[in-house]
Amino acid sequence: MGIRERLLRERKAIQALQDGYVIKVKDLTKKFGDFTAVDHISFEVKKGEIFGFLGANGAGKTTAIRMLCGLHRPTSGSGMVAGFDIATQQEDIKRHIGYMSQKFALYNDLKVWENIRLFAGIYGMSDSAIAKKTDQMLDRLGFMAEKNTMVGELPLGWKQKLAFSVAIFHEPEIVFLDEPTGGVDPLTRRQFWELIYEAVSRGITVFVTTHYMDEAEYCNRVSMMVDGRIEMLDTPKNLRTHFGVETMEEVFTLVAQRATRSDD
Amino acid sequence: MKQFFAFVEKEFYHIFRDKATMLIILLMPVVQVLIFGFAITTDIQNTEVAVVDLSNTPDSRGLIDKIDAGTYFHVTERLASSAQLEKLFKKGDIKIGLIIPPDFSDDMAAGQKTKVQLVTDASNPNEASIVNGYLQNIIGAYSLNRYPGDAPVVGTTVETRMLYSPQLKSAYTFVPGVIGLVLMLICTLMTSVSIVRERELGTMEALLVAPSKPIYIIFAKTVPYFAVSIFNLLVIILLSIFAFDVPIRGSFLMFFLASITYIFTSLCLGIFISTVSKTQQIAMIISLMGLMLPTVLLSGLMFPIESMPAVLQGLSYLLPARWFIEMGRIIMIKGLGFGYIWMQWTILMGMAILFLGLSVRGFKVRLT
Repeated sequence: MGIRERLLRERKAIQALQDGYVIKVKDLTKKFGDFTAVDHISFEVKKGEIFGFLGANGAGKTTAIRMLCGLHRPTSGSGMVAGFDIATQQEDIKRHIGYMSQKFALYNDLKVWENIRLFAGIYGMSDSAIAKKTDQMLDRLGFMAEKNTMVGELPLGWKQKLAFSVAIFHEPEIVFLDEPTGGVDPLTRRQFWELIYEAVSRGITVFVTTHYMDEAEYCNRVSMMVDGRIEMLDTPKNLRTHFGVETMEEVFTLVAQRATRSDD
Repeated sequence: MKQFFAFVEKEFYHIFRDKATMLIILLMPVVQVLIFGFAITTDIQNTEVAVVDLSNTPDSRGLIDKIDAGTYFHVTERLASSAQLEKLFKKGDIKIGLIIPPDFSDDMAAGQKTKVQLVTDASNPNEASIVNGYLQNIIGAYSLNRYPGDAPVVGTTVETRMLYSPQLKSAYTFVPGVIGLVLMLICTLMTSVSIVRERELGTMEALLVAPSKPIYIIFAKTVPYFAVSIFNLLVIILLSIFAFDVPIRGSFLMFFLASITYIFTSLCLGIFISTVSKTQQIAMIISLMGLMLPTVLLSGLMFPIESMPAVLQGLSYLLPARWFIEMGRIIMIKGLGFGYIWMQWTILMGMAILFLGLSVRGFKVRLT
């Protein structure tokens, strides 16, 4: 990529940020050999929004998130996250986002405070800032008594709340949550979403994938991916009206039926 | 740099909190040194000898007493005829038989070359030739001492001098070998598995989505193993000095330098294996089958490289342990300096740089 083209792309990214978008992608595509995991997706996410990213298994959600986070290089298309170009400035993006996935939350063989210290240390926070903020955070969560507990000994719901708090510890502009509430009871999921709202009130944009349709209702806008493409993108209310159904569950079922490729 | 220390701290927690693995890592060198030192020893001690004394004279009896007197041999059977020998060999009661002919004493008195026959159980050829050699030496020395003035006129007397390890103590040679083996296990196997583990668990993804420098993640993984390796190295050295009387004839510093170079090479190899392995099992198979087994068999740890077929000798060039073991023996046992190990040292460094270069190229910042 030439320097001129590169500068143009980066200017476009900054422009998008000034327009109030923290994520803006156009025709983003990822191919693995002959398989097109993500097929020309385009969307924008506004600052302070909770953006739901729905889709059946194998629809391409994780690949899309990985491109946004700078873990996958897009095959074609362009995009910007937090004012940086996803094709060229992935290291800058990493500094301005938080990430949490269901697959991995925290290190089980590290204590609660050691996990916080590790991840905060990766972002280059100073020891004193980390120590002060750790106590504040644990106090707010009511986890102070568990500061020295191994994370492996905590119940799953606690782990997820803690992982989320660690993901936003360095005050990112956007936090990406890849199925953050898998496998926990509705009450715990409810508490988890309270934490999300609290983060949003602090100006953090939330990009979340989920399997739970009740959680889709909590989002400002949801997109539905089918076979690597975005089939629907609107507010939960508009989607329900559009399909003439009562719940997001039904919306999802109707949209997901359009899939022609099987789970991977 | 702060990030690097954050990673190092994390790695130390991972390793030291895994009590079972830690115990194995710390006990392994001790156990291996003891096994090699006591069990797989090729030293000759109290080997059973059967004697068929057809001469039955003071000369022949003196020889038998002489053989029995040392710590190497123990005369368990005195037989009347050589036919009985075979039975004892079959039962495995003896390793070697000595037949003294009827004219033994006459020949000796006449100053002629005396002849005795040695029959050795060669089902273990290595052991057989060692036992044979020891007994020949004793017999040779006996006839010389008995009639010192009448040294054999006909034929040649071979005087053998064993250099560096006069008593042919195998402990001297196995110590560098065990160090080579243990350090390879810790540095290469453990490092490769621990990097692949993070990728398998998905934790690598979490680290990579943060602004982590991949080179920090990887180097941080090697630091604790480096520390453990140094500790193990010292344990093995102390154990060899105090339990097996192995001297370090050369410079201790030089030996330390050689060891650190080898540790570095092994760590780089471990990192390299982790970049080519998709799962922990694959990393383990490559390390154990592809590396441990050849190291035990081909590095010169147990069998002399010179007596291997050319193909296997060629393979042994590829093993870092081979070069380390050579250096170790040169420094520890021969007591020579850097001038004699520079080639091996350079080869190890070259390997390290090669593996490191390949790893840096192979390690993916992005997942694809």
